[in-house]
Amino acid sequence: MSDLNTAMIEKYRSSFLKEVEANVEEGEWVKMCMQCGVCSGSCPLGKHWDHPPQEIFMMIRANKRDEVLSTDSMWMCTSCYNCISRCPRGLPITHIMHGLAVYSKRLGLTQKQQPTAQFSQIFWDNLMKKGRVNELKLGLSIYFKDGFGQGVKNAMANQKLGQNMMKAKRMNAMEFFSGHSVKDLSGFQKMVKKAQEIEAGNIKDFK
Amino acid sequence: MADEKKFAGYVCTGCGLGERLDAGQLETTATRDGKMQSCKQHEMLCSAEGVQMIKDDIANDGVTHVMIAACSRRAKVEAFNLTDVALTRANLREGVIWVRPDTDENRETTQEMADDYIRMACAELKSMSKPAASAEQSLNKNILVVGGGITGMTAAIEAAAAGYPVHLVEKNGALGGALGGYYKVIPTRSPYDAPAENPVPGMVEAIEASDNITVHLNSTIAKTDGAPGRFSVEVATESGSGETLSIGAIVQASGWKLFDAGKLPEFAYGKTPDVVTNHELEALAVAANGGPIKRPSDGKEVKSVCFIQNAGQCSDKEGHLSYFSGVTDLVSIKQAMYFKELNGECDTTILFDNLRTPGAGGEDFYRAGQQAMVTFSKGIASEVVPGDSLTVKFEDKILNEETEMACDLVVLATGMEPNSGPDPYAQLMVDEAEDEEEKAKAKAALENAPPSILNLQYRQGTDLPHLKNGFTDSHFICFPYETRRTGIYSAGPVRRPMDAQQARDDATGAALKAIQAAENAGLGRAAHPRSGDLSFPSFRKEGCTQCKRCTVECPFGAINEDEEGYPMYNESRCRRCGTCMGACPVRVISFENYSVETVNQQIKNCEIPEEWDEKPRILVLACENDAYPALDQAAQAGVEINPWARVIPVRCLGSVSLSWVTDALNNGYDGIVMMGCRRDDDYQCHFVRGSAMAAERMSKVGDTLDTLNLEPERVILHEVAITDVERAPQLINDMAETVEKIGLSPFKF
Amino acid sequence: MAKIELSFYPGCSSQKGATSSNYLVSAQTMCEELDIQLNEIPDWNCCGASIGYGGGGELPRLALSARNIALSEEHNSGQEIVATCAACWLSTREAKERLHEDEQMFKDANAALSEAGLKYKGEANVRHMVEVLVEDIGFDTIKSKVKKPLEGLKIAGYVGCQTNRPFGIAGESFENPQYLDKIVESVGAESIPGYEKKVQCCGGALAFSEPEKSQEMIKGIIEAAYDNGADMIVTPCPLCQANVEIYQDNINEAYGTKFNMPVVYYSTLMSVAFGRSAKEAALDGQVIPAKQLQEIADK
Repeated sequence: MSDLNTAMIEKYRSSFLKEVEANVEEGEWVKMCMQCGVCSGSCPLGKHWDHPPQEIFMMIRANKRDEVLSTDSMWMCTSCYNCISRCPRGLPITHIMHGLAVYSKRLGLTQKQQPTAQFSQIFWDNLMKKGRVNELKLGLSIYFKDGFGQGVKNAMANQKLGQNMMKAKRMNAMEFFSGHSVKDLSGFQKMVKKAQEIEAGNIKDFK
Repeated sequence: MADEKKFAGYVCTGCGLGERLDAGQLETTATRDGKMQSCKQHEMLCSAEGVQMIKDDIANDGVTHVMIAACSRRAKVEAFNLTDVALTRANLREGVIWVRPDTDENRETTQEMADDYIRMACAELKSMSKPAASAEQSLNKNILVVGGGITGMTAAIEAAAAGYPVHLVEKNGALGGALGGYYKVIPTRSPYDAPAENPVPGMVEAIEASDNITVHLNSTIAKTDGAPGRFSVEVATESGSGETLSIGAIVQASGWKLFDAGKLPEFAYGKTPDVVTNHELEALAVAANGGPIKRPSDGKEVKSVCFIQNAGQCSDKEGHLSYFSGVTDLVSIKQAMYFKELNGECDTTILFDNLRTPGAGGEDFYRAGQQAMVTFSKGIASEVVPGDSLTVKFEDKILNEETEMACDLVVLATGMEPNSGPDPYAQLMVDEAEDEEEKAKAKAALENAPPSILNLQYRQGTDLPHLKNGFTDSHFICFPYETRRTGIYSAGPVRRPMDAQQARDDATGAALKAIQAAENAGLGRAAHPRSGDLSFPSFRKEGCTQCKRCTVECPFGAINEDEEGYPMYNESRCRRCGTCMGACPVRVISFENYSVETVNQQIKNCEIPEEWDEKPRILVLACENDAYPALDQAAQAGVEINPWARVIPVRCLGSVSLSWVTDALNNGYDGIVMMGCRRDDDYQCHFVRGSAMAAERMSKVGDTLDTLNLEPERVILHEVAITDVERAPQLINDMAETVEKIGLSPFKF
Repeated sequence: MAKIELSFYPGCSSQKGATSSNYLVSAQTMCEELDIQLNEIPDWNCCGASIGYGGGGELPRLALSARNIALSEEHNSGQEIVATCAACWLSTREAKERLHEDEQMFKDANAALSEAGLKYKGEANVRHMVEVLVEDIGFDTIKSKVKKPLEGLKIAGYVGCQTNRPFGIAGESFENPQYLDKIVESVGAESIPGYEKKVQCCGGALAFSEPEKSQEMIKGIIEAAYDNGADMIVTPCPLCQANVEIYQDNINEAYGTKFNMPVVYYSTLMSVAFGRSAKEAALDGQVIPAKQLQEIADK
């Protein structure tokens, strides 16, 4: 059988839906979408999604695995929860979008330069270090995520903003050296590590 | 004594009538102008004591005609249910004091209104006689059910359970109808989450065990003659033998026909056996016998199936059904779940455009389908390409792309068509077509008419009239099982597309209506909406010109013709609407308690003030079913009505005689407002065609106005619904304004 | 009025020298006036906020909140947990609900927590500070505490997303919640109940990663406040406050606008109205000074 025929036979099969159910946060809800489109119409960044949530759900059901996992649409989610509060079927759409984004990242299919994916990881790494977020280092990491030169440029561009914040005592240069921390840092880190292990163990192989 | 008439009036002074009106004056009006032999007042006439006073007069003084001046004839109906006399009511409460302001300057005109209503009621009463049943038929409890599918079986079981003997006629060799061969049915009980067991086998068993049900298999109806309570029905069997049954009332449950999927070549129906209809899939599911469903071409187990919704329905295309069959989306969900139940990991896709899942559990069932991993895809199929694996080409409406999928089997959700007899008015449609296209369509319908089901020996044709798309006409708002042939009730998908549960509900209702019709016929009483009315039309043969208008225009086909062309009334087919009376150009048709004369007398006995009094008079002829109750409700809500109006309730606008309009204008009325029900395809007329007939007849009233040299605005006809509480009084007040603008009528003598 | 004792989850941004340190100062002042005692959860950690999901996934993210709840249950036993930050509240409450509904997740979370010697029971109620104000304190009490009514001020109540969805305040609609307007009225200022952008998203964490897209939305929020004649914006959410206040220079530069709209917390308004000093109301924490509030506080 030619590849073209195989591709056609795969269309509208439920294999990817089953994969999403098994491996994506709240994935078992995807099949319950009734395609009204209220989510897409309610999303504040809707116009920036290549495939708004309604389409993502349909693409999953049409078995478009590669398209879904490589789109950066889900990373447009601002976690405003408008879609959840309006979905007539009660789908936890925000969480499904987060789940798909994480799954795509886990499989290494997320584009390296996706800014929100990058920021999300920087944020997580930052909080993992001390158990609490260090805003100064977070900000600097973002400026310097694309290298030193770009970082200086970014920092200069936002210099006034930083000065304003410092003046209002809402940013502290000393944070760079010390910063807030949980006391039981080792317990905290062991807990997260364990959770990560359990979660990784639950992922089922579909390819 | 029996022939001696004695007229008595009664004036109620309760509910504020005594305070707002001069009761002594009303009494004088009743006796002096209205010629009542006696008139009494009571402070609360509807009380047990007040009613007893009237009953005593009837018993002791031989009163035969009673005029009650109190509230609307629609109020206190039970208290004033005096069956032994001719009765009329002057509406002084809702008709007068509730619609007029309680101020000194209005007192005179309010009293005038009340006096007029008393004069009118008395005049009406003078030309009435007490109705009595004709005894044309006695009680016949036999119910005939035509059709042995789920609808007919339900009707038979329900009627038999109520103690009525049933004859169940089925043209096939077994009971069960279309549904009989189905694997499972749409669930009817909570939690609505899986296809349910087919109820048909259990019902067949119940029918076979019943002593009250006689089943006639392989049989059709060769002839139906008579009327409710005395139908004579010839049942013919395939073998040629026959039997004549005496029947009280009939339920027609002739069911539905499958849309011809051969009209859908684009979906390869007929080109490959692996494209089937919803209906045909049931047989495959039954044949699977609990194992996986196999495809017809090679017996391969189905691993992927695609349902195409709205195949040939909801479509403007030539030869397709323009309407949606209501149930086919639920049917496909049910069948998709067959595959989930029997075929394990079978990919099951439903391609829909508008998914509609009506009913109490419809949405739950849809969700259950989704839960079972049925893929619902908003897409419109354009083509099915046959092959070892079928290719369904479609437009994915969410992903906005032309795409296709492969599957082992395609199921087409085709629509339901009514299995009705020929429309008795098919010829009329040809005659009355307004353009060539319409005429061609009507002609085609006439030529392709299906064989008769009931073979009625009626002047107006052999079968139940249709409304749209061949479904039997029924009063969809108020009386869904009623047809336009009294005592014959249609139920199930011959009335509208429906699923098994809806058909069962429908059949139960129709069975009870049939029982009621048989009982009413036995007592000589009318069916709704004039339930219990004993009057029936009679005609003066010597005046009749055999014009046949009455036999043609009766909305219920109640009137046959004898050999000479004179009308032959069938009392128990008649609904007492008076459309025949309104039709008769020589005014020879009348009821004991409603006639051209009873209304004419009311019109004539209203006092028309002299021109210089500047008090116009507006005649309102209001349909008693909707317009009159709307006015009553308006009165309750305190909506004001102009003091010049005099309202006369009529049974139906169809009963309005053109002579009333002419006489009223000649008598000096300044305006006439007629209020009937909505009359188009979505009609609300309680007598189906009455309002439409009236509109047609009144379109000629302009000639009368011309002859009298009167302005056309003086006569107007409105469609009024029972909910038009604000609007109905406004229409009357509008006429008062019109009269003020164009001036009083010159015909005041 | 009896003293209310609550187990307090301040969150990272409330800490000294962080973006909403001014929120903490004014919230503490407000609580003093309303007789609310805040008992900080010892050794609390970050909740992961709304953006942590991308690095953390599901269980590690839920474990963060489970640890905070477990610590509260251990040290502030019997007390309801209260958060001032919208994201802190949402993450904590969401974790509690998920662990309640999903038995396996409950076990897995406890397996992780046991590594830190903690046990999650999931008994404590998780609330936002505004729930306490609306449900326990009440608008009448707030009104009765006002010493300096904020007369003549017109304030746009910007509720934003996460205080409002998916949980929201009981009895309020997602589309047009009223409680913030009622707080504004209670402290004597004029509210704008029909403020169109009341529940519009400001971009949240995407203000960092997608600044242009976010600032376009923030522009709309400020513009609508000006259109309604607002003197300032009030909000219950730290990220909303920061996003709407600190990017006004950038927006002015990009769009040629001249925005200079103060954005304050409800706790700032209440602290000033209750007669406390500008410093106690944390007015010194404004990047765009709220001059009119300053004047009332200095009176």
